[in-house]
Amino acid sequence: VKATVTALAAAWLAFCLLVFAYGESPASMAVQLFAGTWGTWYGAGQVLFKATPLLFTGIAVDLALRAGLFNIGAEGQLAVGSLACGVVGARLPPGTPFVVAVPLAIGAAALAGAAWAFVPALLKVRVGAHEVISTIMMNRVADGLVGLAIANVALTGTVRTPDVVAGAHVPRLEALVPAFRGSAASLAFVVAVLAAVLVTEGYRRTRVGRELGLIGLNARAMAAEKVPVERRVAQALVVSGALAGAASLGTVLGYKGYFEEGLGAGAGFGGLAVALLGRGSAAGLVGAALLFGTLQQGGLALNAFVPRELMEVLEGVVICAVALADARGRLSRGEKTA
Amino acid sequence: VSVAEVIFSGTMLAQTVRMAIPYACAATGGVLCERSGVVNIALEGTLLASALAAIATHAATGSATAGLVAGVACGAAIGAVHATLVVRGRVDAIVSGLAINLAAAGGTRFLLRALYGSSSNSPSVAAFRFLPDASALVRAVLDPFFVLGAIAALGSAWLLARTRFGLRLRACGEDPSAAQAVGVRVDVTRTAAVCLGSAVCGLGGTALAYDLHQFQAGMSGGRGFIALAAVIVSGWRPWAAASACLAFAALDALEIVLQGHTHVPAQLFAILPFVATLVALALFSRRRSAHRPPAGLGKHPE
Repeated sequence: VKATVTALAAAWLAFCLLVFAYGESPASMAVQLFAGTWGTWYGAGQVLFKATPLLFTGIAVDLALRAGLFNIGAEGQLAVGSLACGVVGARLPPGTPFVVAVPLAIGAAALAGAAWAFVPALLKVRVGAHEVISTIMMNRVADGLVGLAIANVALTGTVRTPDVVAGAHVPRLEALVPAFRGSAASLAFVVAVLAAVLVTEGYRRTRVGRELGLIGLNARAMAAEKVPVERRVAQALVVSGALAGAASLGTVLGYKGYFEEGLGAGAGFGGLAVALLGRGSAAGLVGAALLFGTLQQGGLALNAFVPRELMEVLEGVVICAVALADARGRLSRGEKTA
Repeated sequence: VSVAEVIFSGTMLAQTVRMAIPYACAATGGVLCERSGVVNIALEGTLLASALAAIATHAATGSATAGLVAGVACGAAIGAVHATLVVRGRVDAIVSGLAINLAAAGGTRFLLRALYGSSSNSPSVAAFRFLPDASALVRAVLDPFFVLGAIAALGSAWLLARTRFGLRLRACGEDPSAAQAVGVRVDVTRTAAVCLGSAVCGLGGTALAYDLHQFQAGMSGGRGFIALAAVIVSGWRPWAAASACLAFAALDALEIVLQGHTHVPAQLFAILPFVATLVALALFSRRRSAHRPPAGLGKHPE
């Protein structure tokens, strides 16, 4: 709670400073920001829409972080996952029912994301290559390869795949709550919240989940306890990749209905911020995803007055503030920080 | 002209040297940070931010030298932020680095729009002008950034191996608790090392921007990360790291000189340095005695 307050205060301060430096009034911009996000049903729906992929990648990064791993590769895992989702979704027979089409398309996305995470996982446990560097490299490789692949599977003259079959569309929230009309929020947000609850419950209630947490705290002690540390570490990274790939549920299946180059870009890095702020609790992760979703949508609402990149700076400030408050808390409790 | 002729030409060599400068500066800076025990993945953001600082100052003052000073100073300033967060605030160095990279990516785009009203690039600047008639290879070797970068690499190697400060720096990196016990001020030494290393990285960012005579959004293009990988595969040694950068730069140069000579898609060339990094990590990460990370990397004194 303390960390969240610190983060919000730091973000607010940075917002005021930057907006003022740009020559706009912080107060009127804040009003604009609120009006464009939570001020209307449409704005709120857009926040949920922006928060959906962030929540998926946030859970993904959090799962790896639990085992002491930084999965910076969520960006690339999501990119290859989205491509797989779009391709499989479009190749299904036209009459495929919803209950078959969505799981197949998302399964393909998760598989692709997992495969993308498998390379750093292998490098990590076999040769001890640090996952931060290898996942970053995999992001860049994904960038290039998705660009190459899209040239082969795209509709001619475009950078997008054909539309997915009708059954693979995830219903919009506006179908349930008419007030959300026009916003791109879909049931994928509900699925993401469920995933957050499932995964964080799994940390406590399953043996593998508890082992992961303990490996993150002290891998050597766990190895001494005959826990297969390397296997668990690799599993954590691969499942993390699968979750990141599954974020295409909100972008490919819930929003566009096809994959185009750059769809969902930035959600992987945003997921890092969500995981660092939400750390291990479902409520924390959902709250963090909503916060950064608000910043993203708010950035669009302000873009006519202040460059929306302002919000990326705020994300960085929030991460620093949370980490600082966290470290202070640990220091004052007298824990070792090594 | 055959592909082999192009690859073994002087142009290729000159391009390689030219492309290697930002990598080598970032890697040298990375060695200084990491040998003091502070992981620095903020090199990427440092390259980017110092590139903009250099161009913006150059454009505002009309002096290429002032831009160079601003670029290096911007690097040092980012190093100061990273060091403050990590050394004094005890924030995880990777978290701090990620935040700096994020803020640098967003902040440079923000400033680009604030200063020049463009979301992609700055106006052109003159940069350094020298020997306009000399051959490409001579120009590459006498380039002020090549000279400064070589001095930085040479100086860093000397600093680490031969000076009192270098010894303290390495002591902090190997065993911060022991260093503190014998009276080394670990926080001061590490902060100085990170600022110095980031300043050298800032030199690389300036070189990157002056090379294109303008700032482009996202122009660091992963070079900071590749430089960090070069630090790791070279076993945290300054000369080896700078040389490893030549190999990565050669892959960049390949993309440029082979343009139009082959039918290989450009994206394949673009991912080549990153695939090469993964392969290098796979081959050289296995911990050998000569290639081990500083033992106190990421540790704080008790």
